[in-house]
Amino acid sequence: MSNTPATPTPSPSPSASEKLLQRAAPDRVEFEDLVIVPIFAVIVALVLGALTMLATNVSLPTIGLSYIALIQGSVGSLNALSETLTAAAPLILAGLGIALGFRAGLFNIGAEGQLLIGGMASVIVGFSLPDLPMIIHLPLALLAGALAGGLYAAIAGWLRAATGAHEVISTIMLNLIAFRLVDYLLRLPIIQKTGRADPISKSVLDSAELPRLLEWIDPNLRVHAGIILVLAAVFLVHWILFKSTIGFEFRASGENPDAARYAGMRSGLIIVLVMAFAGALAGLAGANQVLGVLDRVTPGFSAGIGFNAIAVALLGRSHPVGVLLAGLLFGALEAGGRQMQVSAGVSIDLIAIIQALIIVFIAAPLLVRKLFPWGFQRTDKSSRSKTP
Amino acid sequence: MEIELRGITKRFGEVVANSDVNLTIRPGEVLGLLGENGAGKSTLMNVLSGLYEPTEGTILIDGKPTIFQGPGEAIEAGIGMVHQHFMLVPVFTVAENVILGVEPTGRADFLDLETARQQVREINETYGLEVDPDELVENLPVGIQQRVEIIKVLFRSADVLIFDEPTAVLTPQEVTDFFQIVTALRDAGKALVFITHKLQEILEISDRIAVLRAGKIVGEGDPKQLTEAELAEMMVGRPVSFDVVKQPFAPGETLLDVSHLTVLRENDEIAVEDISLKVRKGEIVGIAGVQGNGQSALVQALTGLTRIAAGTIELMGTDITHLSARQRHKMGMAHIPEDRHRSGMIANFTVAENMVLDTYYDDRFSKGLTMRWKQVNEISAQNVSDFDVRTTSVFEMAGHLSGGNQQKMVVAREMAREITLLIAAQPTRGLDVGSIEYIHSRIIDARDSGDGVLIISSELDEILSLSDRILVMFKGRVVAEFGEGGKPAEKNAIGLAMAGATQ
Ligand SMILES: Nc1ncnc2c1ncn2[C@@H]1O[C@H](COP(=O)(O)OP(=O)(O)OP(=O)(O)O)[C@@H](O)[C@H]1O
Ligand SMILES: [Mg+2]
Repeated sequence: MSNTPATPTPSPSPSASEKLLQRAAPDRVEFEDLVIVPIFAVIVALVLGALTMLATNVSLPTIGLSYIALIQGSVGSLNALSETLTAAAPLILAGLGIALGFRAGLFNIGAEGQLLIGGMASVIVGFSLPDLPMIIHLPLALLAGALAGGLYAAIAGWLRAATGAHEVISTIMLNLIAFRLVDYLLRLPIIQKTGRADPISKSVLDSAELPRLLEWIDPNLRVHAGIILVLAAVFLVHWILFKSTIGFEFRASGENPDAARYAGMRSGLIIVLVMAFAGALAGLAGANQVLGVLDRVTPGFSAGIGFNAIAVALLGRSHPVGVLLAGLLFGALEAGGRQMQVSAGVSIDLIAIIQALIIVFIAAPLLVRKLFPWGFQRTDKSSRSKTP
Repeated sequence: MEIELRGITKRFGEVVANSDVNLTIRPGEVLGLLGENGAGKSTLMNVLSGLYEPTEGTILIDGKPTIFQGPGEAIEAGIGMVHQHFMLVPVFTVAENVILGVEPTGRADFLDLETARQQVREINETYGLEVDPDELVENLPVGIQQRVEIIKVLFRSADVLIFDEPTAVLTPQEVTDFFQIVTALRDAGKALVFITHKLQEILEISDRIAVLRAGKIVGEGDPKQLTEAELAEMMVGRPVSFDVVKQPFAPGETLLDVSHLTVLRENDEIAVEDISLKVRKGEIVGIAGVQGNGQSALVQALTGLTRIAAGTIELMGTDITHLSARQRHKMGMAHIPEDRHRSGMIANFTVAENMVLDTYYDDRFSKGLTMRWKQVNEISAQNVSDFDVRTTSVFEMAGHLSGGNQQKMVVAREMAREITLLIAAQPTRGLDVGSIEYIHSRIIDARDSGDGVLIISSELDEILSLSDRILVMFKGRVVAEFGEGGKPAEKNAIGLAMAGATQ
C-alpha cells in the first residue's frame, strides 16, 4: 500500500465553482404541481359542482346561467372586481399567517379566534380616540388588531413550547374562548352601542376607517385600502420566510426540528414567535374587516374567514404568492357565489361545495394526475422521494 | 429466479445516476455491489426494486422483460429491498409490522394475527433469525430491527433480497450474526445483493463483486482473487492509502475538561456515569465502545443538547456546563452528529442552506435579520468543491444527494470554519474509502494545526488509526485508557475492554 499523504481533491477551477452556483431550470414536476394541478383541480371542482346541481334537479340552462353569474359576479364588472378584492383581503391576510405556521410545522386552527380578538381590539381603538388625525388613528387601530391577535396566538405557542400541549387542540379551545369573550365584551357599556340591547359595538370613527379606494368612481365600490395592507403583508411574509434569518429558523424547525435543535436554534422561542406572527396577521385580517367593511363588531363577524383561510393557505402551498392567488380565487368564488344566488337562484352552499372539492383535489395531486394523464409529462415516483 | 439488468440508464434531470448498466443476479449467490459515494448503487437497486422507473433499459426476470409500476409489483415478482433506513412502525409488534400491507384475513375479513405469528415463527426457524413476533419494535436493538425488515421481505416470499448498506449501523457482533443469516439465505437458494463500503466485508461474504463508478459498471470479479487495495483502486480509479500520516504528537494546553459528568436518559436511567476526560490542543482522543454504551449521551451533554445531572464541563478554561448549544458553537466547538438524517441535515433544504444550518447568524452569512444569500452560496460552492461533495449545484436539494455525499456535506459544514474543538461522532459513516481517506486527512490537519478532536466511532480501526489516546466506554463509564499515560493501544486489549472485560 502506498504511503503518500492523502490530498486527493484538486483545487477547484473557477468554472467548476461557477457551475455549482447555477440554478437548475425549474423542475417540470414542480411546475406541474404548482400550476397545472391547481388549474385542473378548479376545473374538476366546477364540473362536479355542476353534477351536484344536476343531482338536485337544477335544470341544465340554470346551471349554465349560474356559472355565467359566477363569472360575472367575480370579474364581470368593476363592482364585481371590487367585491372580489374585498372578500379576498382578509382571507389572504389570515392565510399568510397560517402559511407561516405550516412552514414552521405548526398547524394553527386558531385564525378565527385571533381574527375576532384582533377585530375587537381595533374596534375599541377605532371608536374610543376622538379628534385624532387619521394618519395616527388608523395605524393605531390596525396595530391594536395585529398586537391583540399576535398576543392571543402566542398563548397557544407558549403552551406548546412550555408544556407540549398541541397547538391544534389549544387553538381550537382559544377559538371557543374568543367567541365567548367577544360576546361578553360587546355587552359592556363602554363598548356596546348606546341604546342597543343586542351585542353590538360602537361604530368606528371616520378617522380610523380604511378609506375606500374607488369612491370617486362610484360610491358603492367597497374595495378599500386594506388591499394595500395585503400586498405589503405578502411582501413581508415572503421576506421573512426566504430572506431573513428568523425565516430560515422557522423553515428549519418546520422541516426537521431535531436538526434545527442540533444547529443551536431555540425551538421554544421559534414556536412562540411563529404563533405570534401568525396571530398578528389574523388579527390584521380582523382589523381589516372591522375598519374597512363592517365598521363595528357583532358576534361572529369573523364569518368563518379564519377557517377558510386554512384552505387558502393549503391551496397556496404555504407560499406567500400562492396564498395571494388562492385568496383571490376564494374571494372571487365568494363574490361570484352571491351573484349566482341572486341571478340563478342557486344556493350559496354550492360555492362551499366547490371550494371543498378544490381543496380535495389540490390535496390529492396524484388523483388529478390520474384523471388527466395527458396534462402531465410521464413521471415516476422518483422525483418525489428519495431513499438514500 | 435469475434477474438480468440490461442497458439500464437512469437520469434525474441532467444527472446521470446509472448509465447503460448490465448486471446479472443469480440464485444461490451473493452479489457484492461496490462503488464510490454517488456512483449510483442505491439508484440502481431502487430501479430493480421498482421504486424508480429506468429512463432506458429493461429488467429481465428469467429472460422475460418486465416493467414495474412501483415497489408493490416488484415485491410481487419476488424482489424485496431492505433499505438502510428502516421503515418500521415503532409501536407495532414484530408480527404486526411484518404483515403491514399484506394482512392475512380470516373469517369475515377479520385480521388473522395468529397465522401471521405462526408464519413469522416459521421464517425464524428456517433462517435462524430468532425474533420474537410479539415484541414491540421500538424495544428492539438496531440489529434485530434489521431482521424484522428481512422477515418482512421474506414474508412476501421474495427470492431476491437487496441490502443497501446493511452493516453501516450494526455492531461487529451484529455484523457476524447478519452474515450468518445471509449465508442461510444464500444456501436456501435466494439471490442476494449486498452494498457496503467496507471492503473486508464484501470480500468475506460475496460470491461475486461488481464495481460501479460514475454510474457505469467498471469491473466484475471474484472475491477470492481480489485484494482490498485492488478493489479500492477499481472504485476510485487511483490507488488509495489506508495509512494516515501524522505529525509527532505534541499536545498543548487543555481545551476540553470534563469532570465527574453524569447524564440521565429520559426515563432516568443512567446513560453516562461519572466520566472525567480531557482533550488538549493538538490531540485526537478516540472514544471506543460498542454502540449504546452512553456515547451518544456523552456527545449530547458535551454539545449542550441535553441536560446533565452532575459534573462540570470546561472549554478553554471557561465553565460551559450551563451554556446553550449555540453558545458553545460560537466558542469554536464543532459537532458532527452521528445520525445525519435525523439531526445533521435537512433533506428538503438546498445544499447551500444546509451548509449554513448552524452558522447562518454569523456576520459572513447575514446582516442583522437579512440573510446574505450570495455569500452563503459562494462559500457553499467553495466547501462543496473542497470536500468533494458530488452535486450538480448548491441549489440541489440535500435529500437528492447520495448517502455518502450527504455525510460529506455535513462534515464540510462543521470543518470548514474556524474551530477549536471538533466533536465527531461516526464522521465517516457511509463514506467510500477515498472519502474516508480525505476526511481523515482533514481531521489530522485540524489536530496538527492545534485543534482538539474528540472522535466517537464504532469502527475500531478508525479509532486506532486516528487517535493519540483512546478511552473505552462500557455501560456509561470509561473503563480503560490506552495510549500516552495508559496501556499501549493494542487492538485485542481494546476489543476486550469494549466487551466489558475487567482488567
Ligand atoms: N432523486 C434524485 N434527484 C436527483 N439526483 C439524484 C436523485 N437520486 C440520486 N441522485 C443522484 O444520482 C447519483 C447516484 O446516487 P446514489 O444514491 O445512487 O449513489 P450511491 O452509489 O448509493 O452512493 P452512496 O454510497 O453515497 O450511498 C448521485 O449523484 C445523486 O446525487
Ligand atoms: Mg447509497
